[in-house]
Amino acid sequence: MTLLYTEVEEELRAAVRELLADKCSPSAVLDRADSAAAAGTPYDAELWKALARDIGVAGLLIPEELGGSASREGGASAREAAVVLEELGRAVAPVPFLSSAVLATQALLTAAGQEAGGNVAEELLGRLAAGEATATLAVSFAASPYAPAAPCHEDGATLGEDGTVTGTVTGVIGAEAADVLLVPVRLARKTEPCVGLCAVEASAAVRVTPVPSLDLTRPIATVSFASAPARVVARAEGLEVPWVWEALMRGAGLLASEQLGVAEWCLTTTVAYVKERRQFARPVGSFQAVKHRLADLWLEVVGARAAARNAAALLAEAPAAGPLGDDAAVAVAVAQAHCAAVAVHAAEECVQLHGGIGMTWEHPAHLYLKRAKADQIALGTPGEHRDALAGPADLPAPV
Amino acid sequence: MRVTWDEASVAERARAFLAEHDPAAMDRLEFLRARFDAGLAWVHFPEGLGGLGAPRGLQAVADRELKGTPDNQPGRIGIGLGMAAPTILAFGTEEQSKRFLRPLWTGEEVWCQLFSEPGAGSDLATLATRAVREGDEWVVDGQKVWTSSAHTARWGILVARTDPGVPKHRGLTYFVCDMHAPGVEVRPLRQITGEAEFNEVFLTGVRLPDALRLGEVGDGWRVAQTTLMNERVAIGGAPARRTMMGVVAETWRSRPELRTHDLHQRLLRLWVDSEVMRLTAVRLREQLAAGHPGPEGSGMKLAFARLHQELSGIEVEMLREDGLAYDDWTFRRPDTVDFIGREAGYRYLRAKGNSIEGGTSEILRNIIAERVLGLPAEPRADKDVAWKDLPR
Repeated sequence: MTLLYTEVEEELRAAVRELLADKCSPSAVLDRADSAAAAGTPYDAELWKALARDIGVAGLLIPEELGGSASREGGASAREAAVVLEELGRAVAPVPFLSSAVLATQALLTAAGQEAGGNVAEELLGRLAAGEATATLAVSFAASPYAPAAPCHEDGATLGEDGTVTGTVTGVIGAEAADVLLVPVRLARKTEPCVGLCAVEASAAVRVTPVPSLDLTRPIATVSFASAPARVVARAEGLEVPWVWEALMRGAGLLASEQLGVAEWCLTTTVAYVKERRQFARPVGSFQAVKHRLADLWLEVVGARAAARNAAALLAEAPAAGPLGDDAAVAVAVAQAHCAAVAVHAAEECVQLHGGIGMTWEHPAHLYLKRAKADQIALGTPGEHRDALAGPADLPAPV
Repeated sequence: MRVTWDEASVAERARAFLAEHDPAAMDRLEFLRARFDAGLAWVHFPEGLGGLGAPRGLQAVADRELKGTPDNQPGRIGIGLGMAAPTILAFGTEEQSKRFLRPLWTGEEVWCQLFSEPGAGSDLATLATRAVREGDEWVVDGQKVWTSSAHTARWGILVARTDPGVPKHRGLTYFVCDMHAPGVEVRPLRQITGEAEFNEVFLTGVRLPDALRLGEVGDGWRVAQTTLMNERVAIGGAPARRTMMGVVAETWRSRPELRTHDLHQRLLRLWVDSEVMRLTAVRLREQLAAGHPGPEGSGMKLAFARLHQELSGIEVEMLREDGLAYDDWTFRRPDTVDFIGREAGYRYLRAKGNSIEGGTSEILRNIIAERVLGLPAEPRADKDVAWKDLPR
């Protein structure tokens, strides 16, 4: 296991970065965010197609035998997905990679590992890997992996005896871009709680209502199912929902790499700006009050890279379907607790050290601030991840 | 001669060495000298100088194989190991390396660092200690300060001014100072912990042979940079056997009655910070082993100082009435440096030095900002001015 980047990972990064430099400049992203009010979504379908199909990022977590590029021997893994997320974060790229190729894909991978629903999951994974379909996990982006049963609570979606899904889920990312929605449901049974994961194809029975969102480049939506035809992907007795837990945990671990990318853009852009901007007849970056803040931020980003790489490396070593081991769970919690805060701090420093320009709509800094702040809430807050470490760190709470 | 070393061959060499040298049947020093001669002292050093010319990362393999055998008490000789040795290796003549490195590593000869002066702290290059050439000798006059281990040291690494007529960085020369030479006077300096880990050193007409010069005349600043870079890695980047986090966590576990929710939240935050620092150090060592030293090294000491200070502060606060007590204010002169030794109060006070010694945190931030991020330097009044003409 290494915390450095391998040659293959650097090649993948270069391909993604080149494409994003061409198709996803800050001003292009800003234009998309502006027109999203009319278009209903900022997602760039052309860019996503190029990433998913031409570079093949949609199948990085999907095993080779199902059409993806993941394998235990020399194939892709969470490490490669993490490198893609670094680049997507650096560009705040409006593409449904996290929602489709990470969250939905992981839920399907875990379901495929279960005896009951293997076939549906495998068929869907094949379509996702080929870039023929895009999916999302219809769970609130604010859901915490430490309360994974919550998406199946009583107000959630229900699978009726006629095989259709009814109910509403709020705070979903990537829903506008999804051909398939994976929704955790309660099964309509009278006696004990029984839950499942359903695949619902986008149709007139699925209403996706975008919500004006803090994050302009990855907005949330409310998804309503009205007797929507569904296929059962997996089911479980009780309230244990391993597909949701694995997706949220691994999603949180990989989100750290996106946060690293966001933080790196903010640091690099700010350093470049304070070298150019002159006041009092000298570059503002020559004042210690400014330099020391940036040195501290650099150190935070260095730590974020180590923590995010560690989480990606341990996720890559875990079995594709799960369960995730304790070491990997600690690595995820450490990475989220640190990287979420670093991304927010970097974006806030970026706005502050750009002065008035940083406060304008015209400058892209706000896109990163909004992404960083939304990411901090996503998939468990830093506080929730820290609380989860009390056990592994053997630092018990007061009685 | 072997060209490349790997884990297996280093382990094999260590086992072969142990088979021929039974530490139970040997004098401790003889054992350490033999280990040095076998190239197992610091495997990344060249053959003949205690190493094998192997990648630095393989030292851990040698240490693992030799675990439980007598060690060289690194806490006593940290300045020699962390600062003098890499500088001697980089700039010393073969004769100097052969003379100094072995007794340095075995701990037979303790080293100290004669850099800072009352008038030259963060601005080290403005130092005023003079070295004047007289034939084959240099005559040194001046005063050094904050010198840990000066009272136990056989040798000191010394930077002195040999040409006051040029700008400050250019007129310096680096020497090995004989701490037993006439004219060297060491006086303890009592610290806020009560003890005197460091000293003032007065140098009055100290005569050093030219053979003790390290590097070229006038090149002392460049030589000193090597020492300082290694100092920061030694303080911040080395893997620790016992950490401040570990010590404070022990207190937390053993005293449940002291726990509060506020302390718990703060402690978890610092646990995450410790883990992130550990991972950063792991990544840094991987980069070094791969031959790509990253700039991360400059930041490790900064992170380390902050963490030590916050953790030791929390521990005293957590202890309540016990935190009001202090174990011992006796004025002593310890011969080791131990950041986390003794009790909570001592740890708290000693940690205050971590952001001052070996480059203040403020200077380290400047270094990161200017050398890593490429930000412009502050305008300076002392550039291109002969040292003797600087305003004082």
